[in-house]
Amino acid sequence: MSIYLVAAYVVFWGLTFLLVISIWARQRRLEQQIAALQSRLEENEA
Amino acid sequence: MRKPGQDRLGIVLVGLSGVAVCVALGMVFFYAPREAAMGEVQRIFYFHVASAWVGFFAFFITFLAGIGYLARGERRWDILALSSVEIGLTFITMTVITGALWAKPAWGTYWTWEPRLTISAVQLLIYVAYGMLRAAIDSPERKARFAAVYGIVAFVTVPLSWFAIRWWRTIHPDILTSGGGMATTPKMTQTLMVSLAAFTLLYVTLLRQRIRLERAADALARLRLRADRIGK
Repeated sequence: MSIYLVAAYVVFWGLTFLLVISIWARQRRLEQQIAALQSRLEENEA
Repeated sequence: MRKPGQDRLGIVLVGLSGVAVCVALGMVFFYAPREAAMGEVQRIFYFHVASAWVGFFAFFITFLAGIGYLARGERRWDILALSSVEIGLTFITMTVITGALWAKPAWGTYWTWEPRLTISAVQLLIYVAYGMLRAAIDSPERKARFAAVYGIVAFVTVPLSWFAIRWWRTIHPDILTSGGGMATTPKMTQTLMVSLAAFTLLYVTLLRQRIRLERAADALARLRLRADRIGK
C-alpha cells in the first residue's frame, strides 16, 4: 500500500480526533467550572 | 444545562456519523476499484473531495449565519458562525494536506503555486485570521458584528476556489465535471457519494457539539456576572 495513502488517512483521523478531543476537553472544563460556580453561588445565597 | 449523558440526540448523531464514516472507509478500500492510471494513491481522492466539500459547506453556513446576525443581532447566529468556521478550518486543513500527499506521486511535488492550491492556502490563512481577529476584540457586540461581516466577505474564497480550475489554466484535476483524467466507474461515483454523505453527517454532529460548547461558555459568563454582583 502506498505510503502517501496511509499518510493521508492518518492525517484525516488525526485531525478529526484532535477536533473531537479539543471540543470534549473544553466542554468538560466548562461544565466543571459551571458546577463549581453554581455550588458556590448556592452556598452564598443560602 | 444538560449533562453530556442526557444528550440522546448527540449520542445518536455520534453513533450514526461514526458508522457512516466507517462504511465510507470500507467502500474506499474494499468496494471502489483500483484506478488504472494512478493506482492505490487515487483512494485519497474520496476523503480529499469529501473534506473539501465539508470545508466549503461550513464556510457557507458561516456566511449565512453572518447575514442572520446582521439582520437579527442575535447571539445564536454568532455562535453558529464561529462554530462552523472552526470545523471548516479543520476540514480545509485536511483537504490541503491530503491534496499535497496525493500531489507528490501524481505531480512529483507536494506543492505548486497554481491557482487552486494558491487560493486554498489564502483561504486557510483568511479563516485562521477570523479566529485571531475575533480574539483581539473585547466588546462582544463589536466582535460578533465584525465576525459577521468578515465571514460574509471571506466566503468569496469558496466560489473562487471552486471556479479556479475552470477559469484559469491549472494542473488540478476537475473530477466532478470532466473526470480529471481518471477512469471513473459507477462504483467510484457511489463511493464518493457515500463519503460526501458521511462527512456531511460528521459535520452536523461536530457542529452541534461545538454549538453546545459555546452555549456552555455563555452560561459560565452569566454565572460569573451573577457572582460578581453578589460579591459587590
